[in-house]
Amino acid sequence: MTPLAVSILGALASFALLLVVLELIRTRRLRERYALLWLATGVVLTALAAWRSGLNTIAGWLGVRSYPPAVLFAVGILFILAVLLHYSTVISRLSDQNTVLAQRLALLEHELKEQERRSAAA
Amino acid sequence: MAEQLTEARTVAPELVPGLDGLRRLAIVPAYNEEESVAGVVEQVHAVDPGMDVVVVDDGSVDRTAEQAEAAGARVLRLPFNLGIGGAMQTGFRYAYEHGYDLAVQVDGDGQHDPRELPKILAPVVAGEADLVVGSRFGGDGATAFRSTAPRRVGIRVFAWTVSRIIHQRVTDTTSGFRAVGRDGIRLFAADYPHDYPEVEATVMVAKAKLRLREVPVAMRERAGGRSSITALRSVYYMAKVLLALFVGLFRRAATPLEDR
Repeated sequence: MTPLAVSILGALASFALLLVVLELIRTRRLRERYALLWLATGVVLTALAAWRSGLNTIAGWLGVRSYPPAVLFAVGILFILAVLLHYSTVISRLSDQNTVLAQRLALLEHELKEQERRSAAA
Repeated sequence: MAEQLTEARTVAPELVPGLDGLRRLAIVPAYNEEESVAGVVEQVHAVDPGMDVVVVDDGSVDRTAEQAEAAGARVLRLPFNLGIGGAMQTGFRYAYEHGYDLAVQVDGDGQHDPRELPKILAPVVAGEADLVVGSRFGGDGATAFRSTAPRRVGIRVFAWTVSRIIHQRVTDTTSGFRAVGRDGIRLFAADYPHDYPEVEATVMVAKAKLRLREVPVAMRERAGGRSSITALRSVYYMAKVLLALFVGLFRRAATPLEDR
C-alpha cells in the first residue's frame, strides 16, 4: 500500500505544477502550444497520486508489489522525457529558422549596400 | 563597381572552352581569415578575371570582411557564426538569386589553389557533370597532400561509405574544393547540410540524380589561421557525418525554394 504521506505530498506537488503552468499561460509567459504536455503531466500525476486504490491496482498490473509509488515516478519520468524530446524538436526548428534569418539578413544587407552605392554613383 | 565585374571582362587566354559565356561565382567561406582571404580573392581574379567572388564572412571577429572588400570581393556578412555549412548555403542562395550558371567553393584559408580551378570547372562547363569535386588523391595531387594519420583514416572511411551509398567510386568526399552548375546551385540553395557538410552534400547530389565527378587536384597548406578541426571535434565529425549519412538514406527531401 502507498504510504498516506506520499500520496498527499505527491498530489499536492502535482497540483502545484498544474497551477504554476496555468498561471504561466494566463500571464502569457508560456504558449498554450508548449503548455499542453506540461498540463497533461500535471493532470495525470495529480490523479495517480490522489487516487490511491487506482495507483495500487495499476502497480499490481505491472507487477510492482513492494512499493506502488514507484509507478508514480516512472510515469513522471516518462512525461519528462516526452517534454524534453519535444523541446529538442522545437530547438532544432528554431535553430533552422535562425540560420535562414541570418542568411537572409546577410543577403539583404549586401543588397542594401549595393543599392546605396549605385544611387550614390548615379 | 560590382556590376562591372560581372559584365564583359574577357578571360585573357580562354581557360576552359565555353567558360566565357557563363556567369560564374566563386564562394569563399571565411571565418577569421584576415591573413589569407585577400590573397585568395586576388588569386581567383588573376586566374579568371570574369569570375565574381563573394566572400561569406561567417561572423569573424577580425578584419576578414574589410580585407576581402579591399581585395575586390563582394562580402556577405553573417551576423554570427553559422559554421561552414550555413556559410556555404548563404553563398549558394546568393548564386541562385543572382542567376549564376556556375559556382565554385574556394576556402578562405588558402588551401585551395585557384590555379587548379580550370580542372574542376571544365566538366561542369562541358555539361558532363553537375558537381565536380577536387580530390587530393589520385593524379599529381596524391603526393602533394600531407595530413595526420587519423584524418587520413577518416577520409578513407567516408570515401568507402559514400562510394557504397551512391554506387560510384569516390576518393575524397571531405574536399571542399568543388564546382556546381545551375542544378547544383538550386539544390544547395534550398538544402545544405549544417556542420561538416561536404560528405553529406556529395550524397545529396547523387540522391537528386545529379551527376558527380571527381578530378585530382593539388592542394596547399593553409596560408594562415588555424584549422577548425581539433581532436575532440574530429570525433564529433565522424559520428555526426556517419549518423547523417545513415539517416539521410531515409530522410525526407527538403522543399525546393520555388515551392515555399
